[in-house]
Amino acid sequence: MDEWIDDLRFSIIQQSNHPIFQYFNNLFPQNKSMATKDTFGEGEVWEVFIQKETGAPHEHAGSIHAADPEIALQNARDVFARRGEVVSIWVVPANSITASSPDDSGPFFDPANDKIYRHPQFYHIPKSVKGM
Amino acid sequence: MEALDEIILLERFESRINAGEKIEPKDWMPERYRKQLIRMISQHAHSEVVGMLPEGNWITRAPSLRRKISLLAKVQDEAGHGMYLYSAAETLDVDRRELIEQLLSGQAKYSHIFNYPTLNWADIGVIGWFVDGAAIVNQTMLAKCSYGPYSRANLRICKEENFHKRQGYEIVATMAAGTTEQREMVQDAVNRWWWPSLMMFGPSDNESPNSAELLRWKVKLHSNDELRQRFVDLTVPQSQAVNITLPDPELRYDKKTQHWNFGKINWEEFWNVVKGNGPCNRERLAARQKADDDGAWVREAAVAYTMKRRMNR
Ligand SMILES: [Fe+2]
Ligand SMILES: [Fe+2]
Repeated sequence: MDEWIDDLRFSIIQQSNHPIFQYFNNLFPQNKSMATKDTFGEGEVWEVFIQKETGAPHEHAGSIHAADPEIALQNARDVFARRGEVVSIWVVPANSITASSPDDSGPFFDPANDKIYRHPQFYHIPKSVKGM
Repeated sequence: MEALDEIILLERFESRINAGEKIEPKDWMPERYRKQLIRMISQHAHSEVVGMLPEGNWITRAPSLRRKISLLAKVQDEAGHGMYLYSAAETLDVDRRELIEQLLSGQAKYSHIFNYPTLNWADIGVIGWFVDGAAIVNQTMLAKCSYGPYSRANLRICKEENFHKRQGYEIVATMAAGTTEQREMVQDAVNRWWWPSLMMFGPSDNESPNSAELLRWKVKLHSNDELRQRFVDLTVPQSQAVNITLPDPELRYDKKTQHWNFGKINWEEFWNVVKGNGPCNRERLAARQKADDDGAWVREAAVAYTMKRRMNR
């Protein structure tokens, strides 16, 4: 079965005669088991990033559920932008984000720790020089 | 070896919390912390969602367009608060659907206050003033809690709550300065909502089994009694400003402690409502169930549409 079907994250409950399952079963007769759900879930999880004004970075706001990108955008707007304080929204399927793990955050970020010469304070300049 | 690891991890976890650091979803955390958070956050989320029902009851009967758009916007905010919180709960590896099923089956709780009926328009004013006012006191604390996603969700919520409280208080102030009938109506609503609002902070801490642990892990930063006292201290002067009497003959200012002392809370009533015997428990759950059932076809259609489009790609 295609991976995307797993993506859809249906929830539970067996056996249904609902037309949508029949449609689904007709499409994928080899995988009846996937289509024995009574209730559809809430759609997949999307992480939402909002920009508060042009020039500002997009910041993580939270997540929402939606079945597709367009609905995800609309849901994100309804949940995170009810007061006109947002100028742009990104939605990203949560399962397509790869994040660093806190367990190895030590070694992972280590290489940067001993490079004080990457900071301006490392360099000595005459006191009389201003604005540098 | 594993037990030893666990001790070290727990030590590190607690010292991070003591240092004021936030815990993020992928960080190690004790199972109890995760469980307590899921319970608290989902109860909070359910309360926001169920909380829409008593007020939604009055949207179509608001006395003016101004009142109507305000109330509509407030109730929409509460839906948003529910969504922020479900989203925060989901960072702890639970599925939103699972949480909603727990609400509908009666297994999960929501704030007992929403099991009281809204009998007339004055109730809408008093709910904004008392219920949102109490929620602000609680959520201002939670915005500083140790779990990052829950803290951020509450920060977002707090930014929106002030409008809720002010719109309620404006209704109260208007009615309190109105005709004798209006005055009586709003005083009656205050009389009905005051004590249940004080119960919103939960039982006294010596009777609240989870409190010590929650305080130690900074899920909560103040005890239930401290929060309740803060709410009373804030609300008494607000009631005086609009000539409203709070229904407590024992209410008096203690100059030494600089707090308002108040009378005994009827916890029997509280537990009775929590156990499902409040005036509206059944009605609220039935309304949630109906909303879930009525919305099912929308969720189904959305998924079907996506499936179809991916097929045609
Ligand atoms: Fe709220
Ligand atoms: Fe509110």
